[in-house]
Amino acid sequence: MANTACFIIVGRNDIPIYEAEVGSAPKKEEAAHQHQFILHAALDIVQDLAWTTSAMFLKAVERFNDLVVSVHVTAGHTRLMLLHDSCNEDGIKSFFQEVHELYIKILLNPLYLSGSRIISSHFDTKVRALARKYL
Amino acid sequence: MIGAGKIKQYANVLDKPLSRGRQEVSLSAFAFLFSELVQYNQTRVDNIAELERRLEDAGYAVGARVLELLCHREKGNRRETRLLGILSFVHSTVWKVLFGKVADSLEKGTEHEDEYMISEKELLVNRFISIPKDMGTFNCGAFVAGIVKGVLDGAGFPAVVTAHFVPVEGQHRPRTTILIKFAEEVLQREARLG
Repeated sequence: MANTACFIIVGRNDIPIYEAEVGSAPKKEEAAHQHQFILHAALDIVQDLAWTTSAMFLKAVERFNDLVVSVHVTAGHTRLMLLHDSCNEDGIKSFFQEVHELYIKILLNPLYLSGSRIISSHFDTKVRALARKYL
Repeated sequence: MIGAGKIKQYANVLDKPLSRGRQEVSLSAFAFLFSELVQYNQTRVDNIAELERRLEDAGYAVGARVLELLCHREKGNRRETRLLGILSFVHSTVWKVLFGKVADSLEKGTEHEDEYMISEKELLVNRFISIPKDMGTFNCGAFVAGIVKGVLDGAGFPAVVTAHFVPVEGQHRPRTTILIKFAEEVLQREARLG
């Protein structure tokens, strides 16, 4: 498993709907803030890049020191973003695919409002399990 | 309880595999449910425009979900980034899954560059509906227009989508045309992508 990894899902209106620090490194508050800052900065690049390809997985879109941002854009322009320090691309791709499927299941729930926060604890548990498995 | 014992029960929706979309629902059950939807909204509005807007909103929620699900299931995780691509996705893939057939026609508007039309001889939601004279141009196809709008908006192609009756010569019932008018930014992006 990666040392540092921060995973967020950003809705189509650029509001984060799910966040998780999934790294095995001890949690530091200022690091978490820095991670959010880097991910936020990458959003602009993603917006431009998303229209140049029809693939969902955009691979690594940005680097910051030894940290890399990988992004997966869904059909509805919800962005799954992962900040990580290892470069296991296949693992990341599988991770995104499985989380994407979970996201679709959440979205299909008629009581879930598109673009609102995902508060399901079951979703959180599953995402963390997938992170342990693939990252 | 209907269907009890036939379907495996899961404690949480996240454990349940995504449906492969082979099941069909009874047309009469759908028509009954849709008629209730229209009647429910009809008692809560003052005018026809408001009623159409409410049906459109109901459809929009369907469209946003259908887009995400079908791109994953039918398109093997490819997104649509081009105008014609997303239109044919609506015309073929979405129509096929929702109504069991592709739409009758997809045309480009002759007068305006930014207008496209999807026409259907007998739109599924309108099959058992006749509009009273006093309701003017009201069309329950507004629900389907909302679905189309939901798909297009979600994929990043904002558009104004409306449903209209168009009389056909020699036919008793008019056909329904879904008129799509794309926002300016969409056409600008199309031109930029070349």
